[in-house]
Amino acid sequence: MLNRDKSRGALHIAIVGSGPSGFYAAEALLRSDQHVQIDMIERLPTPYGLVRSGVAPDHPKLKQSILLYEQIARHEKFNFLGNVMVGRDVSIAELRGTHHALVLACGAHDDRPMALPGDDLVGSHTATEFVGWYNGHPDYRDRTFDLSHDVAVIIGQGNVAADVCRILAKPVDELRNSDIAEHALDVLAQSEIREVYVVGRRGPAHAKFTAKELRELGTISNVTATAKPEECVLNDQSEIELGDRSNVNAVKNLEIFRRFATQDETFGKRKIKFRFCVSPVGLLGQERVEAIVLARNRLEGPAFSQIARPTDQTEKISCGLVLRSIGYRGVPLPGVPFDTARGVLSNIAGRVVDGDEPMARLYVTGWLKRGPTGIIGTNRADSIETVENLLSDVSALDLGSRSGIQALLPILERRGVRTVTFSDWLKIDVAEIERGKKNGKPREKFTRIDEMLSLLAD
Amino acid sequence: MPHIVTDNCQRCRFTECVAHCPVACFHSDDEQLYIDPDVCVDCGACIPVCPVQAIYDVVDMPDDKTPWIAINAQRSRALPIINDKQDPLPTAEARCSELGF
Repeated sequence: MLNRDKSRGALHIAIVGSGPSGFYAAEALLRSDQHVQIDMIERLPTPYGLVRSGVAPDHPKLKQSILLYEQIARHEKFNFLGNVMVGRDVSIAELRGTHHALVLACGAHDDRPMALPGDDLVGSHTATEFVGWYNGHPDYRDRTFDLSHDVAVIIGQGNVAADVCRILAKPVDELRNSDIAEHALDVLAQSEIREVYVVGRRGPAHAKFTAKELRELGTISNVTATAKPEECVLNDQSEIELGDRSNVNAVKNLEIFRRFATQDETFGKRKIKFRFCVSPVGLLGQERVEAIVLARNRLEGPAFSQIARPTDQTEKISCGLVLRSIGYRGVPLPGVPFDTARGVLSNIAGRVVDGDEPMARLYVTGWLKRGPTGIIGTNRADSIETVENLLSDVSALDLGSRSGIQALLPILERRGVRTVTFSDWLKIDVAEIERGKKNGKPREKFTRIDEMLSLLAD
Repeated sequence: MPHIVTDNCQRCRFTECVAHCPVACFHSDDEQLYIDPDVCVDCGACIPVCPVQAIYDVVDMPDDKTPWIAINAQRSRALPIINDKQDPLPTAEARCSELGF
């Protein structure tokens, strides 16, 4: 039990966001020798960020990091405040008044813009929307995806593109026992899609997939993954790049693509078609997407900084669905300097900076700090760095009369916010697991915030 | 298939992997690190951060490294978890250049 006198002397830290980077920041703070009290603020009633709503439903093992987050959340010096949105229910300025330091861990949930003619046609979406939809994220609950045509095109060749491709290509029966949202399962069960293109602007040596994710796309039952042999030929610069010992993942990817290039295209119910050195120049259609126009690119520049330049050679692929997966950007927070070019908060190793000057008591971690790179574990090292810097600044911090949650809760109550505690979340968790049982699923997520809150009202 | 620490870690023990592990699956003795195959979630975050490329996904592992599967399983069970990055072993720099990294 927390000693009251000790509590007065505690370093009150607010962490905004409850994804991996937020939880690893909490872990690093709790493992330090400082007397900390952590309040984690989350916009949704549910914790775990992209582990819950990003990691694909057919990759349950990756979600096991939740076991660690649960341990952290049960720590006596940790509070979860769900259903609290910074900027709506409480401001950054107010949190700086209630807490000694803020760690912003809100991720990067804006898509990089593409500005493609025809982008606004029905059937053109971001991968973010599609992923949020099949994972039951309340923001994307009511999106509609029409899969009643033969061909889908995914723009981008990173691991999100791989997830989206797998969900579209996989026999639906192999998803039935996952925690995929029921509304998505119903639509996928009716899917008429036969071909999924996955296009990249540079060559096969530049695809961002981790080899593991790419290899998996070649092992889906009744699906053939293909590539064009002529597109798997490398230029001299790419050969130099692959000769670098740090580039082992790209070497593996190329091996896999070359194997795909030898596959018999006539086999399988569905095909995955990798294409390289092509960029979309426009979507065609009356009201709906009917085709995508791709320009052939030429790689220019020296090894390790080759860029794709479009040529005037184009091709048209008929399709009914286009999903863009070309990267993410953080969303600016009021009063916090933002690096527009990188789409992250301006920071040096996790200290938010205004120009070169650190802003006192303001820190950032995860995708909002470094950009949308890496996987779950990358955030642990990233948050360790941010917390090390925070703690080394502590001696110079004004530890004035800030009382953390005791000052924050009255603000939220005054505004009528229904704060969701960690034990509230555990009730939602149990109910989701119970709902999943009848369908043989590990859980059936609630996909509307109202549903979650009414469960807590009982 | 789990991930495996192999002999390149011996006399190095850089522990970058430990900081990047989302589930605390590394164990350590005085020589090197080992992965608990029952805890590892196969995310692969550790692979690219190892300065001497000591860690493999079993699927990608050269045949001559196969004995390390059993060694990781046995040693990880016998040894304590290592959860924080530590200084490399004093022999790390020499070992690193011996391995050509």
